Amino acid sequence: MKKDIILSGVGGQGILSIATVIGRAALAEGLQIKQAEVHGMSQRGGDVQSHLRISSSEIHSDLIPRGAADLIISLEPMESLRYLEWLSAEGWIVTSTVPVINIPNYPDEETLTKELEAQPHVIALDADALAREAASPRSANMALLGAAAPLLDLDAGLLEEGIRAIFARKGEAVVEANLAAFRAGYETAKKQTAR
Amino acid sequence: MPKRELLLGDEALALGALHAGLSGVFAYPGTPSTEITEYIQSHPLAAERNIHRSWSSNEKTAMEEALGMSFVGKRAMVCMKHVGLNVAADAFVNSGMTGAHGGLVVVVADDPSMHSSQNEQDSRFYGEFAFIPTFEPATQQEAYDMVQHAFELSERFQIPVLMRLTTRMAHSRAVVEIGEARKENPLSYPQSARQWVLMPGNSRVRYRSLIEDRARLEQEAVESPFNRYDEGPDKRLGIIASGIAYNYLMENYPEGCPYPVLKISQYPLPKELVRHLAETCGELLIIEEGQPFIEQAVRGVLPALMKIRGRLTGELPRTGELTPDSVRTALGLAPHRAHAASQIVVPRPPALCQGCGHRDMYTALTEVVREFPDGKVFSDIGCYTLGWLAPFHAIDTCVDMGASITMAIGAAHAGQHPALAVIGDSTFTHSGMTGLLDAVNEGANITVVISDNLTTGMTGGQDSAGTGRLEQICAGIGVDPAHIRVVVPLPKNREEMKRILREEIAYHGVSVIIPRRECIQTAKRHAAAKNR
Repeated sequence: MKKDIILSGVGGQGILSIATVIGRAALAEGLQIKQAEVHGMSQRGGDVQSHLRISSSEIHSDLIPRGAADLIISLEPMESLRYLEWLSAEGWIVTSTVPVINIPNYPDEETLTKELEAQPHVIALDADALAREAASPRSANMALLGAAAPLLDLDAGLLEEGIRAIFARKGEAVVEANLAAFRAGYETAKKQTAR
Repeated sequence: MPKRELLLGDEALALGALHAGLSGVFAYPGTPSTEITEYIQSHPLAAERNIHRSWSSNEKTAMEEALGMSFVGKRAMVCMKHVGLNVAADAFVNSGMTGAHGGLVVVVADDPSMHSSQNEQDSRFYGEFAFIPTFEPATQQEAYDMVQHAFELSERFQIPVLMRLTTRMAHSRAVVEIGEARKENPLSYPQSARQWVLMPGNSRVRYRSLIEDRARLEQEAVESPFNRYDEGPDKRLGIIASGIAYNYLMENYPEGCPYPVLKISQYPLPKELVRHLAETCGELLIIEEGQPFIEQAVRGVLPALMKIRGRLTGELPRTGELTPDSVRTALGLAPHRAHAASQIVVPRPPALCQGCGHRDMYTALTEVVREFPDGKVFSDIGCYTLGWLAPFHAIDTCVDMGASITMAIGAAHAGQHPALAVIGDSTFTHSGMTGLLDAVNEGANITVVISDNLTTGMTGGQDSAGTGRLEQICAGIGVDPAHIRVVVPLPKNREEMKRILREEIAYHGVSVIIPRRECIQTAKRHAAAKNR
């Protein structure tokens, strides 16, 4: 088993929480993990990414080679395209469609949608709306993780345990909201991939 | 089954130090080293043992505090980013001369590719220069194991040890197997007391023994469990890979490398192993993260007896961090098939947060500076360096910690007016105070803005050494209290800020303006903690 995943988004969106949940589930399954993060230099509002590698055999590099990623999970549509060169020919993009427009030259939405639709394997969903309907708009990152879950080859129960663990200190209501968002994302993705 | 944890390289090193019987960590925050100290600060064992773990004012004070702890026999660690070692250099280089007593490990995190730094200096040169043995972990597990080995070596040789990390090691997580915690050392004093008093007569004696120890330390590196010679069937090429570069090499050979490989993670450079590799192979490829430290040592100046490839010959990029792909190219392997890059993606640079006090400060400052034909703003290291970018274009320089005030002084002496300095509160107490004393003593005509957000913001909100005492500090240094002005940087106070700036620029002498409002990130965190 080997999954190389690029996580991307805009600083402050919560990609590291996604990485932490996947990491915990992989650890519980006894897999090897490497996860390179970007910290510092006030990344708030700037682009952020993380390379997450899980495997049943030894992982050497902390960085994913170009063309090797199985999955890009992105909380922002333009950011999902920033790392296309890392995606393998059979790789999937799972992205939220909600743009974060904090720069003057952000591409227009139609061009962006077309570019995403041109990719061979895409799950695109409004993670904010899904999270809002399920429980709370602040759980968009867990809705997106839910959408990626069918492609992860990890036990969904272990992912839910990971969500419980990282939100436990914020109280049961926050845990339940994040689990609801995760499940909503999961169901939506299953419908999209079944088509 | 041993306990396994998913840890950042920084955290694995921190836990290794705790388990090695650490009695104190001394540090000033700096990316990518900050998480080492933060991990120790939040670890229950550190609280249980009451290990020293609060932040120091700067890297030099941290280094000296750790040296003092080592002098009395306890294990101490200092952590900093690579440019922090420039600040600590006086203490660091001379700690090679005094030697250590209790184990002393100096952790320096280099930042090749300058993700969050002003240069790409490679700390291994400092280790060589100061005769201090150096370790460079390739994996998080090595970071955990190696720091314990480093403390042991430090005590056995009575010398400080440098642990060099790079960004990808510091900020990457992996599963680490954890051992048991050793006890702390009891208090004890050095046997060789003379060498701790670096008067010329003592220093000359010590310098000779330091050079003699170097040969024994090199033999340690030859026999080190972290340096490894792996045979390969194809002797046309021999590869030297140091630290994290070894991972990128092996990534490209999932079935094992066909060439002999010398993995180096402990220095002085084990020359015997390098010679053996060179005698065995037709050519050498040297892969190292950072500057070509090993490559220069192996290549020298005169024509080499064999072909040596690396960063100096262009097979590997001369600057920036390595990647599995750049190493793949140097190995002559075909690139992986990859998607074409998207043509519609545009850069998204970091920016000052919406609602940040630095924004209000810069808005007022730029409006006032524009009233002068040639106003110059000398700035410093912190979030506020982003004031160089749009929409502010507010600053003219950013060099090193504290250089804002001192460069403004030099410019003012040359006739520059207005000469403004913009510095953050934590940078001011790190390295700005002595410059302000110069300004007062020299009667420099400068206007200093200490943009006070009550924290060390850029590295994530650590305590700032002068919080609550900045006016007292400036007055104590000798700034006229009538020209120490405090203002709250909010949009509603913009005209007040502009008026104060104009008045203090008009004043002939040293003035300090302190726009003070808490960092909005730490303010959010404090509010959330209160509501819980």
